[in-house]
Amino acid sequence: VFKRFVEIGRVAFISFGPHAGKLVAIVDVIDQNRALVDGPCSGVRRQAMPFKCMQLTDFVLKFPHSARQKCVRLAWEKENINEKWAATRWAKKIEAREKKAKMTDFDRYKVMKAKKMRNRIIKHEMKKLQKMSSKKGKKPEKSEKPEKSEKPEKSEKAPKSEKVQKAPKAQK
Amino acid sequence: MAGEKAAGEKKPGEKKPGKKKTDEKKPAEQKASQKEVGEKKKKIKKHHASRNPVLARGIGRYSRSAMYARKALYKRKYTAPETKIEKKKKEKPRATIIKPVGGDKNGGSRVVKIRKMPRYYPTEDVPRKLLSHGKKPFCQHKRRLRASITPGTVLILLTGRHRGKRVVFLKQLGTGLLLVTGPLVINRVPLRRAHQKFVIATSTKVDITGVKIPKHLTDAYFKKKRLRKPKHQEGEIFDTEKEKYEITEQRKSDQKAVDSQILARIKKVPQLRGYLRSTFCLSNGVYPHKLVF
Repeated sequence: VFKRFVEIGRVAFISFGPHAGKLVAIVDVIDQNRALVDGPCSGVRRQAMPFKCMQLTDFVLKFPHSARQKCVRLAWEKENINEKWAATRWAKKIEAREKKAKMTDFDRYKVMKAKKMRNRIIKHEMKKLQKMSSKKGKKPEKSEKPEKSEKPEKSEKAPKSEKVQKAPKAQK
Repeated sequence: MAGEKAAGEKKPGEKKPGKKKTDEKKPAEQKASQKEVGEKKKKIKKHHASRNPVLARGIGRYSRSAMYARKALYKRKYTAPETKIEKKKKEKPRATIIKPVGGDKNGGSRVVKIRKMPRYYPTEDVPRKLLSHGKKPFCQHKRRLRASITPGTVLILLTGRHRGKRVVFLKQLGTGLLLVTGPLVINRVPLRRAHQKFVIATSTKVDITGVKIPKHLTDAYFKKKRLRKPKHQEGEIFDTEKEKYEITEQRKSDQKAVDSQILARIKKVPQLRGYLRSTFCLSNGVYPHKLVF
């Protein structure tokens, strides 16, 4: 039922508080509510932190309990947590959300135009397929094909592709 | 004093000990003496030492009137040469003017006073107004401009018939209103004034350096004109006055002149033209306080 546990070396994401948005490793458990936490590679000093503001990630590091910061840092860099984190969907969603919030009025217009064009292309292909299937009479055409052909067309718009792909994905 | 005269130009240092001896010596006399030596007047004037011996610091032996007599100022009265301004002031303003008069056998003209005597004297004097401080008329008010609004910024108009339209900011006029243009071919907004408070400044900017805006575009140019000369004809008064606004040729030419320069710069930015054509609107889930403009 539970897959992520609070253990020594568990990497956690801080959701609120002064260090919101940073990653830390659990070094030791103080009592039922607090843990000794350290984030040498993310700019968090070694301190006690309540569990409530931590959200556990999938990453676990290997170091003994109450290890000093140097050991935590070594383990962190050995596992390359920063890069692994950036590759997770979780981190990407956060980034997409931030980008969306920073959009200016002009950016919003560009995204709107890009989305409109993309939807038109998809609709066009769908209609084509529907027509073909109705004409040829029950030839099961896979509707997944047009989606694959859509992706290279999307990537044409290089500057907007970041926001276009991330913004609608973030919505979903 | 002779020693000062001779070595006046060469040794400014010598004058300093001279100053120290007579504390009460007027600095004006010293400077005048220096100037005169420099200018080499024909009459080399000898300057007398102070005629008012010092009793204590700041206190002279003789009073003002005694000094007047001692210095013989009664025969030393000079007037400054009359300046051009004073000469102009001497020209008295006209008191009367000759106005033509119609009608037969009337003599054709009358001599009319320009400044007439008051026709009414109130029995009670107008009470003196209390002093007020810092209440300036509108023309002297300080005009401010938000830091987010710079020439070339794209603004969103919020009020007026062009509400929701995105528009390019050109400059701030003398009364503080913003001069703004569509450009006309893009969104049908002409050269127009907009109020700073009823405008959202976006962070999108068009590079407007080098665009020359004609200097005759001022507040007076844009002010609404109202003709009011009813010749006491009731019934048709409301029709004859300007109900239909007509675009003058000057406005058209000014619009062309400004827009041609701006359009060239708008074309350089991709999609900006379409952006200016679109209108701003809010929809479900869109909150202005959360939007970044």
